[in-house]
Amino acid sequence: MSVAPIGKDLLGLEHLSAEQIQLILDTAGPFKDVSLRAIKKVPTLRGMTIVNLFFEASTRTRISFEFAEKRLSADTVNVATSGSSVQKGETLVDTARNLEAMKIDMVVIRHGASGAPKFLAERIASNVINAGDGTHEHPTQGLLDMLTLRDRWGSLAGRRVCICGDVLHSRVARSNIWGLKKMGAEVAVCGPRSLLPNAIDQLGVHVFSRIEEAIEWAEALNILRLQLERMQGGYIPSLREYNRVFGVTRERLERAPRDVIVMHPGPMNRGVEIDSDVADGPHSVILDQVTNGVAIRMAVLYLLAGGRPELADAAKGS
Amino acid sequence: MTTPASLPVVLLRGGRVLDPSSGLDTVGDVLLRDGKIEHAGASLGEVRRDGDLMEIDCRGQVISPGFVDVHCHLREPGREDVETIATGARAAAAGGFTAVCAMPNTDPVTDNQAAVGFIIRQAQRADAARVYPIGAISVGQKGEALAEFGEMIGAGAVAVSDDGKPVASAQLMRTALEYARAFGVPVADHCEEPTLAAGGAMNEGIVSARLGLKGIPDEAEEIMVIRDILLSRRTGGHVHLCHMSTKGSVELIRWGKERGIKVTAEVCPHHISLTEDSVEGYNTNAKMNPPLRTAADVEALQQAVKDGTIDLVATDHAPHHYDEKEREFADAPNGIVGLETALAVLVTHLVRPGIIDYPTLVEKMSCAPARVFGLQGGNLRRGSVADVTVFDPSREWIVEPKEFLTKGRNSPYNGMRLQGRTLCTIVGGRVVYQRVI
Repeated sequence: MSVAPIGKDLLGLEHLSAEQIQLILDTAGPFKDVSLRAIKKVPTLRGMTIVNLFFEASTRTRISFEFAEKRLSADTVNVATSGSSVQKGETLVDTARNLEAMKIDMVVIRHGASGAPKFLAERIASNVINAGDGTHEHPTQGLLDMLTLRDRWGSLAGRRVCICGDVLHSRVARSNIWGLKKMGAEVAVCGPRSLLPNAIDQLGVHVFSRIEEAIEWAEALNILRLQLERMQGGYIPSLREYNRVFGVTRERLERAPRDVIVMHPGPMNRGVEIDSDVADGPHSVILDQVTNGVAIRMAVLYLLAGGRPELADAAKGS
Repeated sequence: MTTPASLPVVLLRGGRVLDPSSGLDTVGDVLLRDGKIEHAGASLGEVRRDGDLMEIDCRGQVISPGFVDVHCHLREPGREDVETIATGARAAAAGGFTAVCAMPNTDPVTDNQAAVGFIIRQAQRADAARVYPIGAISVGQKGEALAEFGEMIGAGAVAVSDDGKPVASAQLMRTALEYARAFGVPVADHCEEPTLAAGGAMNEGIVSARLGLKGIPDEAEEIMVIRDILLSRRTGGHVHLCHMSTKGSVELIRWGKERGIKVTAEVCPHHISLTEDSVEGYNTNAKMNPPLRTAADVEALQQAVKDGTIDLVATDHAPHHYDEKEREFADAPNGIVGLETALAVLVTHLVRPGIIDYPTLVEKMSCAPARVFGLQGGNLRRGSVADVTVFDPSREWIVEPKEFLTKGRNSPYNGMRLQGRTLCTIVGGRVVYQRVI
């Protein structure tokens, strides 16, 4: 198996170079067109078998991957299992060996434990794509967020992006921080300190304690979902207070010195971290993110399968 | 056990004879007869041959009182698939330990005199390193009712501890320290504030933030360290702090010792040689509790070994089945094996860089642990029990866990080149381990 220019697996953005990220974003461009046609299918991955292995509930990410795979003509199998492999009885290493024995080509894995995709990737020859692991990374989400911003700005260099909310538990936050910084953007985080990693300053990001300051500074906000469990876990006193103190509201956005792009990886808690009139408002690119998600995943699948980046235009057909 | 009468006379010839407990450091001989040390020091010349004489050439080697490990997990009863008292005692001997103390977190818990007696009997059968049981502080290690210290100590327990679990209740810890005073044994505590450490898988810091793993902050340890020191001050009981891992703990222990509080402390070889960076790549063999910390912590702990703030080195030897470590990091159990690498880790990371000398190494691995836990051995004085270790301080080797005598293979030193190796371990005058060269 030849090693793709982005490596055997896509486990995270921390260890990718700016050139590799650039390559994925550039490759996604041609694939966007495929989804705009009446017949949304190209034969690029015909004959390849891909397993979507979801150990955690997911609707958006799983469907997005599945569309990407199907539009590239791959054969796909979805394995959805709730709970960790430990509860299920079979260990992850046994799951890996069984998949390998079925002669598959790629695995897309979503898992509740940080590092699970890496664990799998080290034990099977197939390509592994991380579709979100624990509180570690969600690289395709980071890439599609960057693609969405790049569509607006042309380039990410020197732009200011603030990630708002529960950074401590967010894999989306980590992938965005690595990716954006590599692409030359300035990154900030904003949220209650109880939801930011203690060592956040060492990650090379600005830290805002007040959402008003973040909005004043940022050209784009990436607003993270606030999991209901966080309140039960004692990280914040109430969702109501969270909205009042940290929520991105229309009033707050109107006071911004410039137009601020609003992103959200979904699913949204309307009225908690984001108000409806922001989510549905003119600055929101939330649905563009979803559209770009399919293109980014097609690009990643294509590149990992050994597709040559310069031929992506041809691969999409015409 | 073998009767002393059948023992050969053992003559260890021409080594560097080290016994910091009596200031001995000379090239010479050690003679063991009838399970006791007859001579340690100057060269003996001809030795009277009454019966068998076993002569071992120790030129270029160090002859030391046998190492004593006050903290290991031998898993029996309950998890004989990962270690037994016999395999643990043999692994200990291979690491140069003549005595080890077995923590009570077995299944069932060692919380009564019958359980203590079982461990002593199994240790006699093993006939390798001595194994001393440590009794539980609380019944079932549940942190509620005090276990029967008096009966356990009467049956042979040498200390009490709920290790593996913290003593969450300050009141229980206070009572344990008070009650243990009648028996003169240390109360060994695993310092971990459970609500701060809950769910933690590694040190809290930049690496945990990057890897997306829940961190255990330094303060989870330090809060309990200062609590225990203060309770020792209040009660006059001897508190022994297990496996110290942070710079802050060192400062707190120093504070306690300066005030004459009866606190002793141990550090594990891994906490003075490895940092949280070893976790990189989700390496479950670098997962233990307390976790590997930062370079600043390692340096502070090394200095604390040197200046005496840390009294002794203990392994926290904790074998696990390889299947249990071969899984997602957060789900993998804590602990690593340590009996067979402890000496080499200390030589490589403390002696070779010039932080401590060999007498200090022997003090930390033999004299101090025996003294602090009130055990025989830990010296080469005439008439003392003939527990002796011979090691080659310059021998380099590559750690191959599959060659270990412990059943555990979970070592973070896997594949590393270390310096310093046990050649011969003698317990009660009998050679229980000799490395085939």
